[in-house]
Amino acid sequence: MAKTILAIDDSTSIRQMVAFTLKSAGYSVIEAADGQEGLAKANANAGAINLVLTDQNMPVMDGLTLIKTLRGLPQFVTIPILMLTTESSDAMKMQGKAAGATGWLVKPFDPHKLLEVVKKVIG
Amino acid sequence: MSIDMSQFYQVFFEESAEHLASMESLLVSLDLEAPDADQLNAIFRAAHSIKGGSSTFGFTDMAEVTHILETLLDRIRKNEIAITREMVDAFLEAGDVLHGLLEAHQNGNIADESASISVCAKLKRLSGNHAETSNQKENDAPRVPQRLSSHKAPGNPRPAKTGAAATAQSPSVQHVYQIEFAKTRTAFPSKAHLDNLIEDLGNLGKIKNKKITANTVALSLSTYASEADLREIFSFFLKPKQLKIKRTGDAARGRSTADQEYGFFDKPDAIRSDVENEQGYGFFKEPDAIRSDVENLQGYGFFKEPDAIRSDTENMLGYGFFDETRKQPLPPMPEAANQQEEITPHRRAEDIVPLRRATDNPATAFGGDTSIRVGVSKVDKMINLVGELVITQAMLAETVSSMDQVLHERLVNELAQLERNTRDLQDSVMSVRMMPINFVFSRFQRVVRDSAVKLNKKVQLKIIGEGTELDKGLIEKISDPLNHMVRNSLDHGIELPETRIARGKDPQGTITLRAAHQGGNIVIEVSDDGAGLNREWILATARKKGMQVSDGMSDNEVWQLIYAPGFSTATIVSDVSGRGVGMDVVKKNIESIGGRVEVVSHFGLGCTITVRLPLTLAILDGMSIAVGDQIYIIPLSFIIESFQPKAGDINGISGKQGQVVHVRGEYLPVIELHKIFNIQTKITDPTEGMLVMLETEGKKVALFVDELVGQHQVVIKSLETNYRKVDGVSGATIMGDGRVAMIMDVGALVKLAQQ
Repeated sequence: MAKTILAIDDSTSIRQMVAFTLKSAGYSVIEAADGQEGLAKANANAGAINLVLTDQNMPVMDGLTLIKTLRGLPQFVTIPILMLTTESSDAMKMQGKAAGATGWLVKPFDPHKLLEVVKKVIG
Repeated sequence: MSIDMSQFYQVFFEESAEHLASMESLLVSLDLEAPDADQLNAIFRAAHSIKGGSSTFGFTDMAEVTHILETLLDRIRKNEIAITREMVDAFLEAGDVLHGLLEAHQNGNIADESASISVCAKLKRLSGNHAETSNQKENDAPRVPQRLSSHKAPGNPRPAKTGAAATAQSPSVQHVYQIEFAKTRTAFPSKAHLDNLIEDLGNLGKIKNKKITANTVALSLSTYASEADLREIFSFFLKPKQLKIKRTGDAARGRSTADQEYGFFDKPDAIRSDVENEQGYGFFKEPDAIRSDVENLQGYGFFKEPDAIRSDTENMLGYGFFDETRKQPLPPMPEAANQQEEITPHRRAEDIVPLRRATDNPATAFGGDTSIRVGVSKVDKMINLVGELVITQAMLAETVSSMDQVLHERLVNELAQLERNTRDLQDSVMSVRMMPINFVFSRFQRVVRDSAVKLNKKVQLKIIGEGTELDKGLIEKISDPLNHMVRNSLDHGIELPETRIARGKDPQGTITLRAAHQGGNIVIEVSDDGAGLNREWILATARKKGMQVSDGMSDNEVWQLIYAPGFSTATIVSDVSGRGVGMDVVKKNIESIGGRVEVVSHFGLGCTITVRLPLTLAILDGMSIAVGDQIYIIPLSFIIESFQPKAGDINGISGKQGQVVHVRGEYLPVIELHKIFNIQTKITDPTEGMLVMLETEGKKVALFVDELVGQHQVVIKSLETNYRKVDGVSGATIMGDGRVAMIMDVGALVKLAQQ
């Protein structure tokens, strides 16, 4: 069965690009436009999600809060979560790590880079 | 696999335009004395989103401007520097520049780069002023990677144990890089862009052997900066594939081979094996090593090895976390837990449950707003089809109405249901095209703010009913006329503060934009509490221009004069409202979309201009009238009343053809429709037919028709697209019985009658 990725980004264009890229590579993708919607969709699809990709800077609920919250849910304790961020500072990475992120991917990235990283994580 | 990024451009353009608009309205409404943190965050996020998108999709010029913008905004929202009016002005200007760039990309044009260079310089200067006072040189150079600058910023304290990474980047070794990159038109629209980049590189170290050809630029750079830093500088211009960086002149550290391998992004296998090798050792002992250079170069990283993530439990076993991993296998690193108390690593499964309840709010969990974007043409096609359905339904109803109602009771009932369903369907399809008028209103905050400053006036804008919805087509068409009206109010209406004080008014003037539904119409009002229209002045100007006026004219008739072409009520022509070409154009534009304009003014107290618009352009409330064997539709908005005149009320005009009718002390010209359209009819005496009183352009006329047929909502079909423009007719519609009826263009009809 195709692996399912939850992709969360408030920017529609980037989210579409991410979703299209992942779908083209055979993954199935669930999209959400902010942390809260991401959380709702994570809950609704818990058990089916193999990887979470989340933007950091979003309205309503940001990526770090989402990651922290997801890590508090039993079904998401082991699910890899990648943080997509334009800020590549060590401080940001430490915050991501502290929140429980599995890794980070610096924006801007191109589709190939995205797939490369996703393949590393979930094959 | 190759992915065509251009398929996402349109969405990017649309969302960026939205971000720009919201950024602008937020900036305009920002209280400089006590800026709201949420507002600052929202402004930052708008800039941030545009930057993310533009750099992802390769619009480097936009990414560059937003990067500088974002950097400054970030420091403002972190309270490192205070926002000033000058900054807001610069941000607004940057917004305009971005708009220009966006439009240029959208239309495939070359953008005006001088504007973006100038605004970048302005932002840099604003950023620079403050950076110097707080000794933060790094933040001056906006395109220097954030990694270098941000962790030195106050208010963003650096976590305790980042030593390893910092050492890896520390300027202990000077590297020599051979850099070669593509000189494409998208990346470098002008020489200035390239010079900018080279200047940035020059700031990092020494450039040698610079070779610039038509398509590539090659140079060697000796610098203390890491390759990742260089890549980050380039990432604002180029895609990784367009850039080659080779380290040639340093062997100070043993990891140089790895660095070179990773520099190209082309050999993931090699990267992977190296990542694994390197991380295989010091991972959990030295968590900081995860930010090893290798990963920094890649632009992404894992807090664990990829393999470890996949086979979490096995890996954990090796390090003795097995028991705990069962319950919560991905504990944050120990020192991370110190910073973030709420995610204590040794939380047990039982503890997780209440936490989940506390944080997961089911009431809002599914409430995220969802929307889809569809092309306007698709919606229009749908509206058209529903229009056809309405007609078909009406035809069916007509057919059935001639049948025996008792015999066909079920058919009649079911048809009534079909009619209800059709109407509901029509309403909901129409609502797809409906947009809140705030799309137009919101931009006036900026207009008022800017113009008030230019004119040395104090003006506040009040917006009422911004949620009122109207057709998207109308929104586009109402925008220019409203702009004229608001500028007129600003320029001619609101007085200078001194004058206002002298007149006993608040020195700050108020312009109010109000929108509301009224019957089947949208009513939009632009009112000001300014000087009001000056009757004497208008009459004098009209006389000077050779118009026929008399002192006995009613106020309403005087106000109509401002619609005359070339009539300006301002004594001084300014660059805000122009030279008064406004109101005639306003009126023409509004009437072209089936609307009406009314002016109410009180000298010294202010002026209100009211625009009445139909709800939508696709459907019209009309009165159908018969002349001979023809049916015509008159838009209801023009009709005041209809009546059957008595013989004594109709008078001829001496020496002229035509008649007038006497109605409550007024004499109205009678327009005989059968004569204008040359239709054979038996009814030629107004007393036998009906007179419909119409009002257009402030004039009243009586239209003589055979009879009134009924009131309908009709679906407008363009005559021009299907046939050609016909004077006196604005469109056509299909009646319930399948016949075509012309929709009358009342304004043109009156003109036709006068000729």
